Formats: sequence, C-alpha cells, structure tokens
Amino acid sequence: MADQAHNAQPSSVDGQTRRDFLLYATSAVGVVGTGIALWPFVHSMNPAADTLALSTTDVDISAIKPGQSVTVVWRGKPVFVRHRLPEEIADAGKVDVASLREPQKDGDRAKKPEWLILVGVCTHLGCVPLGQKPADPKGEFGGWFCPCHGSHYDTSGRIRKGPAPANLPVPPYQFTSDTTVRIG
Amino acid sequence: MSGFKSNNKVVNWVEERLPIFSMMQHSAIDYPTPRNLNYWWNFGSLAAVMLIVMILTGLFLAMNYAANTAIAFDSVERIMRDVNYGWLLRYLHANGASMFFILVYIHIFRGLYYGSYKSPREILWFVGIAIFLAMMATGFMGYVLPWGQMSFWGATVITNLFSAFPLVGESIVTLLWGGFSVDNPTLNRFFALHFLLPFVIVGLVVIHVWALHTVKSNNPLGIDMKGPQDSLPFHPYYTIKDLFGIGVFMMFYLAFVFWAPNFFGEPDNYIPANPMVTPPHIVPEWYYLPFYAILRAFTMDIWIIPAKLQGVLAMFSAILILFALPWLDTSKVRSAKFRPLYRQFFWLFLADCLVLGYVGGKPAEGVLITVGQLCTAYYFGHFLVILPLLGLIEKPKPLPASIAQPVTKAAAILVALFIGLAGMSGEALASSGAGPALKKPDGGFSWEGVFGAHDKAALKRGWQVFHDVCANCHAMKLVSYRNLADIGFSADEIKVIAAEKEVQDGPNDEGAMFNRPARASDRIVPPFANEKAAQAANGGALPPDLSLMNKARTNGPYYVYSLMLGYEDAAPEGHPIPEGKMFNHYFPGNAISMPPPVMDDIVTYTDGTKATKEQIAKDVVTFLNWAAEPELDARKSMGVKVMIFLAGLTALMYALKRQIWKDVH
Ligand code: FES
Repeated sequence: MADQAHNAQPSSVDGQTRRDFLLYATSAVGVVGTGIALWPFVHSMNPAADTLALSTTDVDISAIKPGQSVTVVWRGKPVFVRHRLPEEIADAGKVDVASLREPQKDGDRAKKPEWLILVGVCTHLGCVPLGQKPADPKGEFGGWFCPCHGSHYDTSGRIRKGPAPANLPVPPYQFTSDTTVRIG
Repeated sequence: MSGFKSNNKVVNWVEERLPIFSMMQHSAIDYPTPRNLNYWWNFGSLAAVMLIVMILTGLFLAMNYAANTAIAFDSVERIMRDVNYGWLLRYLHANGASMFFILVYIHIFRGLYYGSYKSPREILWFVGIAIFLAMMATGFMGYVLPWGQMSFWGATVITNLFSAFPLVGESIVTLLWGGFSVDNPTLNRFFALHFLLPFVIVGLVVIHVWALHTVKSNNPLGIDMKGPQDSLPFHPYYTIKDLFGIGVFMMFYLAFVFWAPNFFGEPDNYIPANPMVTPPHIVPEWYYLPFYAILRAFTMDIWIIPAKLQGVLAMFSAILILFALPWLDTSKVRSAKFRPLYRQFFWLFLADCLVLGYVGGKPAEGVLITVGQLCTAYYFGHFLVILPLLGLIEKPKPLPASIAQPVTKAAAILVALFIGLAGMSGEALASSGAGPALKKPDGGFSWEGVFGAHDKAALKRGWQVFHDVCANCHAMKLVSYRNLADIGFSADEIKVIAAEKEVQDGPNDEGAMFNRPARASDRIVPPFANEKAAQAANGGALPPDLSLMNKARTNGPYYVYSLMLGYEDAAPEGHPIPEGKMFNHYFPGNAISMPPPVMDDIVTYTDGTKATKEQIAKDVVTFLNWAAEPELDARKSMGVKVMIFLAGLTALMYALKRQIWKDVH
C-alpha cells in the first residue's frame, strides 16, 4: 500500500494512527446505521395497525342450550363457547389441581361456571381439537380430543394426557349482557 | 488470481473447492483501476446500490400489496397508513425509481462524454443499454401497480403503442392485456413481471461488471493504462471513494423521501383508476419524457406509413440507435477532453434531450409541437450525421503519454449538478399549474417547512368542521375512527364518535344482515350507501371522497383552501355557467356543483377560536392534510434524525478518503 512505504517517518506514523482511527470510527458508525436502517424492513412484517385493531367479537349466547357448544372466530382463530352441564362443572372441580401439567383451578378459568370460553387451538402444534359437535370424540376426560397427536383435554379445557404442554388458553372476554359475550 | 494466500485453514479449505476468495481478491480488491477517475465514475456503483435498495424495498412492499384491481389501490393506502413503516418503504421505492434513472442517465452521459462505448468496450456498452431497456420496462410496470388514474391510463397508452404495428398490432395488444382492455389480468401479469425483471437486471449487471473487468475501466483521458504507475488497486482507493459518494447521494435521495415524497409523482395517481374517465393531461413518468416527445413528434402520414407507426418506430429507434453508436462515432479518440468539436456537440445533444424532456411533459400544443419535431430531428441527426462527420473533420488535441498526473475533480461539480436538476424539475412543476394564483392562509400551514408538523388544535377544529359540515356529503373511506387517536381523541371519545353511526354487519346465525353501531376499528361511515345514492342526492354530481384530496390535486392544500373561499355570488360577465351550478374561481371550468361549504360561524368551535370562514377553511384543510398524510409528522422528524446521522457518517467517510488518497495526489 502506498503509505506503508513512509511508515518510518514520524509524520506518517501520525497519519497511520489517524487513518486507523478514521477507519474504525467510520466502520462503527456505518455498521450501526445499516443495522438501524434494517429495522423498518423487519418491523413491516409485524401485524399492521388495522390487523391489531380488529380486536373484538360479539357472541349471542341465548340460543346455546346446556351441553351445547358453538365455535366463533376471533382474530382469525376458533374460539369455543361451551354451555356446561352441572356434572361437567363438577368433574372439572373435583380434579386434584396439583396433579395437572399446568395447574389451574376450574374456577379461575370460567367467569360464570356454566360458560366455558376457550381459544380452540391445541397448545401442542396448533390443530383444532375435536369435541364441539355431539358426535365428536371428546377424549378420555370428556372435554376435547386433538386428533393430530392425541392430546386429551378435560371439561375445563386443561391438558390431561398427550403431548400438548399447556391448557387451552382462555381469551379475554366480558359478559356485556345476560345473553351476549364480547371476546377480546 | 495466483496471488491469493491465507493463513486461515477454513478459508483455504473453501478456496480449494470454490475459489471464491481469490475471485473477490481479484475483482473487488486488487482490480487495477485507473488512478485518475473523477466523481463521474461514481455513478455506476451508485446505480448498483440503488438497485439493491429497490429490490429490498420492493420485496417488503410485495408482502403487503394485492395485485387485484378491486383492492390494489386500497392495499397501497393500507401500506401507507397501517403497515409498520409502510410509508417509508413505499416512498423509498417510489422515489428510488426516479433516483435510479437519474443515476443511470448521468452514467450514460458520462459514457457518451468520455467515449466509453468505443473499442474494446462495445459489449460493455450493449449490456448497459439492455439494462436501461429492462429498467424502463420495470419502471413502467411498477407505476401501474398502485392502480391510480395515471397507472391505468399510462398502461393503456403504452400498451396501445404496439397497436401501431400493421397486421399483428391488435393481437399483440390483446395478448398484453389478457382481455379487451387494461384490467385485472393485465395488473396481475404486470406485477409478476415487475417482480421478475429486477432480477434479470441483476443478472445483466453481473455481465456488465464482468465485461468491465475484462476490458478495464475507461478514464477521463480516454487512453489505456500503460502500466502499474497508471493504476490503483480498487480497494481501498475506490471502495472509500464510492462509499463517500453513496453518503452524499443518500442525503440527496432521502431529502425527497422525507420532505417531498410526491415530488416526482402525479397527483392524479392518488385518484383510483377509472376506466370511464381519462384525466385531462396524461404524462408518463419524467424519465420517459424525451422518448414520449419523440413519439408525439410525428403528426403526418407519409406515403403508406401512418403517423402513429412513425412515432412508435422513432421512439424505439431512439434507444436502439445507441447500439450502433460505437460505429456511428468514427473518431478514434475517446475522451471529449481532446475532441474540441465533439465536446460542443455533446452539450448540444444533452440540451436537446432536456428540451425533449420538457416538451414531453407539456400538452402537445402550439409552438411546442414544432420544438418537439426539431429536437427529434436533431436527436437523430446527432447520431446519424454529426457523429460520423465529426470523426472525419475534427482535429483532436494531442493525447498525453500516460495517465499518471494529478486528479483535479471535486464534489463541487456533483453538487452543482444536483442543484441544477432539482431546479429544473421545480420549474417544470411550478409552470404546470393553470388558473388563477392560489390563495394562501395567513401565516401559512403549520406543517410546511423542514420541521413543520400538523397543528393539533387545528386538527381537532378541522375534524369538527368535517364532522358537522363536509361529512354530510363527502366520504372519507380510507380513515378509520381509531385513527382519530392521532389527533388527540381518547379511546372513550372515539367510541362515542363511532357509535353515532351504524354499519351493516352479519350475517347472524339466522343468516340475516343487521345494523350495529360503528366501532373504533370501522372506517368512517360514508354519508351515502354507495356512489349512485350519493350522486342521486347531489343533483347527479358525485361528492369526491376526501381521504386523499390534499394529495390528489396539484398544490392540494392551497387548491382546497382557495376553492372553499373562491365562490362568487353571481357568475361574472362573460362567464356563463349552467343552471344549478355555482361560480368558483379555482374550480376547473369554474362551474361547481358544491354550494359554498364554509361561512362565518357555520360551526361553533369548542375551544373558543373565532369561526371566521378563513379560519374554518384553514382548519379543515389541516384536517384533510392529516387524512391524506397521516405519517407526515413522523416522516419529518425521522428525516431530521436521519440527515444528521448521514451528514456525520459522510463527513467521516470524506476524512477517511482524504487520508487514504493523500499520497496519491
Ligand atoms: S397439535 Fe394437538 S396434539 Fe399435536
């Protein structure tokens, strides 16, 4: 390189230090700037404002008879709304919570015991479990059964057997009147 | 390639199997480059950077764009409004196209000036022209995608060019369209091709660089490198020089992105495509204007060749003639530095192209037709007559024996050029407005200037006017109630505002549609169920949607402000207007259906501001501007930060460049 020939002279040693300093400073600033510039690209792939705004679904529950279930769509996912029978509620309450894979009391999963509301997506790898229709297999615990890899959920939607790691999640919801629920 | 050695085992292991390190060493580090390249040689690498920026931004835009005529326009607006940093990506891409062409035009004219197309660089030059052609096709199809008025009519006009060819013309056009007009199939295939072509360009660029590295760079003196004393290794000398150039260029580019993002665009393209109505003045993007002028220069059928075919042939020939340039230019001397006559004709030719560009952007009327024709004749004369003759009659100055002499160019030339360009386009823009001078509000609008932002209080007042007055007739379909949070409404206030209106939802479990109060996530509910209902209720005239009004008219904010205050009680002498219309000084044709929308005290401001009609007009224009450019505040404040950063980085690169080059000068 052209200036290495002059390294012996004091002025050029200064020059070399100055050059190294400039090189490191420029590279550092340039790399940081490029990194920051990439963020808008990455962030553009996150949910957009309109997607985030589609937040709530209203469900009319007046027509759901005890023992029946309906499936509604919330944020593009199925949500199970189950009008539970007294024996189902009793079953769910009897379980020894400490023995569960994800210990949760049934009372903490339903605001009104007769209404169980769950995100109907298996916590294993995302299939929709069976158990909503009368003829569906409901698994060994009378709740839901995921056919993909055999996860069994109980009448509180808690994982009891099979590979799924967690209970079916409870979405945020409120009873806006005696007959309607707003999910989200 | 033999010179490559490394102490790293992994590197050597790879190198033995794939000689990628020696290739990089050879072509990006050791590559012998003439030591006297001036800043005009920066534009090739700049164009390469721009290509990368275009592909990156385009890729992420494509993730959110929908190539379907029913939703294409709205999907672009969703990118602008809802996608995170979507406005940044789109403005980078849209302005990037113009930047790419600016860079490539400079690159081409640099080649013309210094004779870079002459032996042995003919193939290098051909590949360059192929890149230029591919860019034109890509740019054209990209401009169609937003599916605005200019998109649609540009696509119609350009595809119809092919109908000029006898016998096969009509079939070609039908084939291009995939139907009987520009429609959904056309949009779909244009999107597919617009995605493909940039990668074709990448391939061509690789060949371009390959050819370059085979024949080596030309230089300002146009003489060959005779030995090592004439050259420098590409790295670090030209890597740092190119990087410094990129810094300067980025500041120029981003100034448009952050402060004048629609400078190169046409307001009409913010009006959704309408196959029933052609805008009064159709222009292609600026980078096609010279060729557009050549197309229009032919107005008379000659013998059996109709004018339409002549124009189309001439337009294609204007580009294709560049392929013959290495032989049309008969002079053996490359650089215009040593060609006193050619140098003058070069500048004449450049001026001719600029005039053609100017003519192409104007309506084909009056003297401009003749000017366009003369310039077209000169364009071809330059190649077919002047260049061949010059080589014979010109006496070139003596060429220096070798390159090894001081390099004297400075960034000043670059700056002067940028200023000239900006000034030129600014002038073109200013002179394109017709009609009386627009009114300006006292004190101007709050969002003007480098640091300007929308005035929050004016936005809230403007919303009140829109809500109480405008919204009785006008829709604002692209804005949702939730967006009102931007102008200072709380979530609860927005719920109340939204719940004033009902929207249709459903079907419910019985299969019936039902009405429910609007929610924050709903779009602002339009006053009429559909366009027909709106027309019927307004005497046949459709009140336009106001979402993009400020961007969809030339000088939008001033136009809307003037229009609202531009009414006359009775039409002035000599300007009869039809029954049932109002006279307005600023409306095209003066006869407007909308009654004067603002009057003193038509609203009572909750913040106590006196509701004069000027105040009302100014407030509502502020609100409309927010509706059209909700990203404006964020855009400008980001711009300031980015510019400060870039200025620092570029200064560092300049200092480093000085340090690296100090022993060469
Ligand atoms: S996804 Fe349900 S068990 Fe695997």
